[in-house]
Amino acid sequence: MNTVNAVDARTTVAGAEPLLSAREVSVSFPVGSRVGARMRGEERLLRAVDGVDLEMRRGEALALVGESGSGKSTLAQALAGLQRTDRGEIRFDGRVLPASRSRADRRRIQMVFQDPYSSLNPRMTVGGMLRELLRVHHVVPANRVATFSAELLALVGLGEADLSAYPRQFSGGQRQRVAIARALALRPDVLVADEPVSALDVSVQATILNLLSNLRDELGLTLLLISHNLAVVRHLCDRVAVMYLGRIVEVAPTEQIFSTPRHPYTRGLLAAIPRMTEGAADSSGPAIAGDPPSPLRIPAGCRFRTRCPIAQPRCETEDPVLAAGPDDAEHLAACHFAFSSGAGGPRPERSENEQNA
Amino acid sequence: MDTVSAPILEVRDLHVRIASRRGIVRAVDGVSFDVPRGGALGLVGESGSGKSMTLRAILGVLPTEAQVTSGEIRLDGVDLRQLRGSDVNRLRGPKMAMIFQEPMSALNPVARVGWQIAEGPQVHLGLSRGRAAERALELMRRVGIPDPERRFRAYPHEFSGGMRQRVMIAIALSCDPEIILCDEPTTALDVTIQDQILRLLTQLCRESGVSLVFVTHDLPVVAQVCQDVAVMYGGQLVERGEVREVLLDPRHPYTLGLVRSAPDFEYVRESLVPIPGSPPSLVSPPSGCRFHPRCAFAEDDCRTSETPLRPLPGGRSTACLHYERTLEAVEADRACP
Amino acid sequence: MSAIEIPPVPPGPEPASEPVLVVRAEGRAASRWYRQPALVAGLAILAVVVGLALAAPLLTPYNPITQNLNESLLGPSKDHLLGTDQLGRDTFTRLLYGLRLDLRIGFIAVLLPFVLGIVLGSLAGYFGGWADTTIMRLVDIVLAFPFYVLLIALVFVLGPGERSIYLAITVVGWVAYARIIRGEILVAKRQDYVTAARSGGLSNVRIMRRHLLPNVISQGYIYAMSDIVQVILAIVTLGYLGLGIPPPTADLGSMINDGQNFLSTHWQLTTIPGLVVVVVGLGLSLTGDGLADLLRPGQ
Repeated sequence: MNTVNAVDARTTVAGAEPLLSAREVSVSFPVGSRVGARMRGEERLLRAVDGVDLEMRRGEALALVGESGSGKSTLAQALAGLQRTDRGEIRFDGRVLPASRSRADRRRIQMVFQDPYSSLNPRMTVGGMLRELLRVHHVVPANRVATFSAELLALVGLGEADLSAYPRQFSGGQRQRVAIARALALRPDVLVADEPVSALDVSVQATILNLLSNLRDELGLTLLLISHNLAVVRHLCDRVAVMYLGRIVEVAPTEQIFSTPRHPYTRGLLAAIPRMTEGAADSSGPAIAGDPPSPLRIPAGCRFRTRCPIAQPRCETEDPVLAAGPDDAEHLAACHFAFSSGAGGPRPERSENEQNA
Repeated sequence: MDTVSAPILEVRDLHVRIASRRGIVRAVDGVSFDVPRGGALGLVGESGSGKSMTLRAILGVLPTEAQVTSGEIRLDGVDLRQLRGSDVNRLRGPKMAMIFQEPMSALNPVARVGWQIAEGPQVHLGLSRGRAAERALELMRRVGIPDPERRFRAYPHEFSGGMRQRVMIAIALSCDPEIILCDEPTTALDVTIQDQILRLLTQLCRESGVSLVFVTHDLPVVAQVCQDVAVMYGGQLVERGEVREVLLDPRHPYTLGLVRSAPDFEYVRESLVPIPGSPPSLVSPPSGCRFHPRCAFAEDDCRTSETPLRPLPGGRSTACLHYERTLEAVEADRACP
Repeated sequence: MSAIEIPPVPPGPEPASEPVLVVRAEGRAASRWYRQPALVAGLAILAVVVGLALAAPLLTPYNPITQNLNESLLGPSKDHLLGTDQLGRDTFTRLLYGLRLDLRIGFIAVLLPFVLGIVLGSLAGYFGGWADTTIMRLVDIVLAFPFYVLLIALVFVLGPGERSIYLAITVVGWVAYARIIRGEILVAKRQDYVTAARSGGLSNVRIMRRHLLPNVISQGYIYAMSDIVQVILAIVTLGYLGLGIPPPTADLGSMINDGQNFLSTHWQLTTIPGLVVVVVGLGLSLTGDGLADLLRPGQ
């Protein structure tokens, strides 16, 4: 396979040119009919991603975290070139990527999908899938295709015999391995993994997570992990970006974001994680009350204010910008009060929102 | 465990078999447990462990290919298997109820939500339409659905996932059952919504004394809601005890494996240790202890002896013949994390 | 190759970890075909029919076209199994050759709309947008006309003959396939493996050809089974109306028409060809049902 130049993935050089970056990226989907929407006071556009700036450095593992409706999958697909953006630009290795990417560009960013049962073509053998990609992109000379395919499978812990098997003969965990092998076939620089273990049994998840971790170290891959499971994120990633309703609300190195979250949504998210050591009955109320607003009716000003425990009148009029605090350029949050309240502990004072909930 | 009053649910040696093309699947193979009144028991396992089938067997809603071939299911002292189908049906609602994983498929998409909640009381409690509707409104308030008067007439698709789950809980509570069976009710929900629903369930149990059987594959979730937990593997129970004891201080290698392989938010381990091998075939399961092909501590007798749950000091039980080895491993983990 | 710490995986594919409750759909149609009674019966009938048609020259010494006015309207006899028609031609011979012709035209006439419909349906489903709109509007236009009205009108305009039949049936018949395949592709293209193929930089044509079509075409086959019956009937009908293959070629439809006048005296001239059409239809129908059951994604 590649000569393995073991890039020590854990040390990233701050300030170096980002490998993959997004500037003001927005993705919207038109919804329904004009008349109906106007009558209901809703917008015609579902703004899945609403002005996102993000940078990924070579060799790092960045997590995109959020709940349903946050836009994390859409953003990931946009970065991977599988979703058109309405606004904004995406740069790879310094170059702006055009809306319709060339084959060469596509090679550099590959994706692994969530559902192992629908991400493999049921009519193609594993070997067939790999062969097709290798041939179309001329990754290796034609006579090397078979050996290279076997090597790819070995890399993910499968055997040469599996080349002639169909997806239906594999379990969920094995299918994900096949999917990873397929993604690696084109020797990408960036691997985007969209909830790669959510559909798998707990004991199988570990295999895939370990695999991803090892591949990062061995191949110097840059990894973008989309997940709603913060435990997985904590285990695998260097930096975390939290999304809410189409925007990034906080970005920081993993341990920092878990120890001193600055954005109230992040705090709520962390507080909501079920813990083995304390029961639900032990703390006062739910971490975050209420339902998220519909993405068709994004609140004016700060979009989190409707559920925010520290919402103030200012939050209704001014949309906070994702910015770093005075002390630490690595930790950004989009909240007017992100860096003003002390160390950012779990539960701030109850505001009007909580009292009305 | 409450030994003063009789348990609300007693399951004894339950066997569920499924007929399939590949042979007879022994989905549940000799499961016994009790649920104390007002208590919450977690049933934990991965896919294929038999936990969902156990719940469905209790409620009597197994798929057509499956049937209970032996065992007792005593609800408040009455053996459900001895009753006729219509009699069991009368118990569904007033005595026992179930909430499911996917609220969208468990709710009738073309019936208004309020009437779905009111249906139980009308049928089982004989309430008039008006009284049943009042009761439904009250339930909606109790489960935290805002603006219940307006939402009464809404359809399920107009609700978010979390709200639909609340509707399902309201339906389950509508006839004041003594026990609610929960089949992965929060698996499909976002973390913050899951948090709300788990708190709601715990609060409702505390307030009304309803017992719960909570099936999930998510270990921390079970710790949130339940006092006791039973771990299932290959259709059998492998461990049982107080929830935090079992999860933090397991006495069975499978439980240990589960705990070690799941990334936990609180303890960031250097590496996750997956459980080697694959889940057992339920058509021809391994002899003796079903976990032995994947177990690092397996010895000869594990292959030959039957492994029922055996009590341990402190009110716990385990099916492992050599649980001391798990104990040692746990202590070793603790010594150097 | 670098050593990576991965727990040993048993050699070869593992059994699916979901135990037997989820019985996966198998596409291997060959697995149990002989156990379907409909399929077996249908194939048996078809085997006889096709056998007869193919063996026509061996089964009868006569020429289907040669007239012999001295021997007109004879009843069934040793020399003429089904008698002769009003122009002295042996009915049995004409029956066999007519069957042969109609079957041949029928099979070809099914293929053409199949191909055209699938191509257009794929384009409409995959690309959407104006391609979809245009193609679907064409579908609407064709569907606005009753099948036979349009068919007859076209054949009338194009003049009699084999080519006109093919053209007319294709123009009228492609729409069903287009709709079916379009619908299947609309669903299939959302599957992750298609997104993965796009992410792999594969061209649209390749994706349609190798990734989408193999997964959806079985629905086309299933429909084709029922379409064959309809096409054969259409050909016979055209023949009956005098719009089919022009005389003197033997053709089941025209035989039915010609024999009508002699229904009271020589009923076999019109009835037997009709019965043959029924039997062929039955055979095709049964085969189609049987195959559909096999190809349909199982429970």
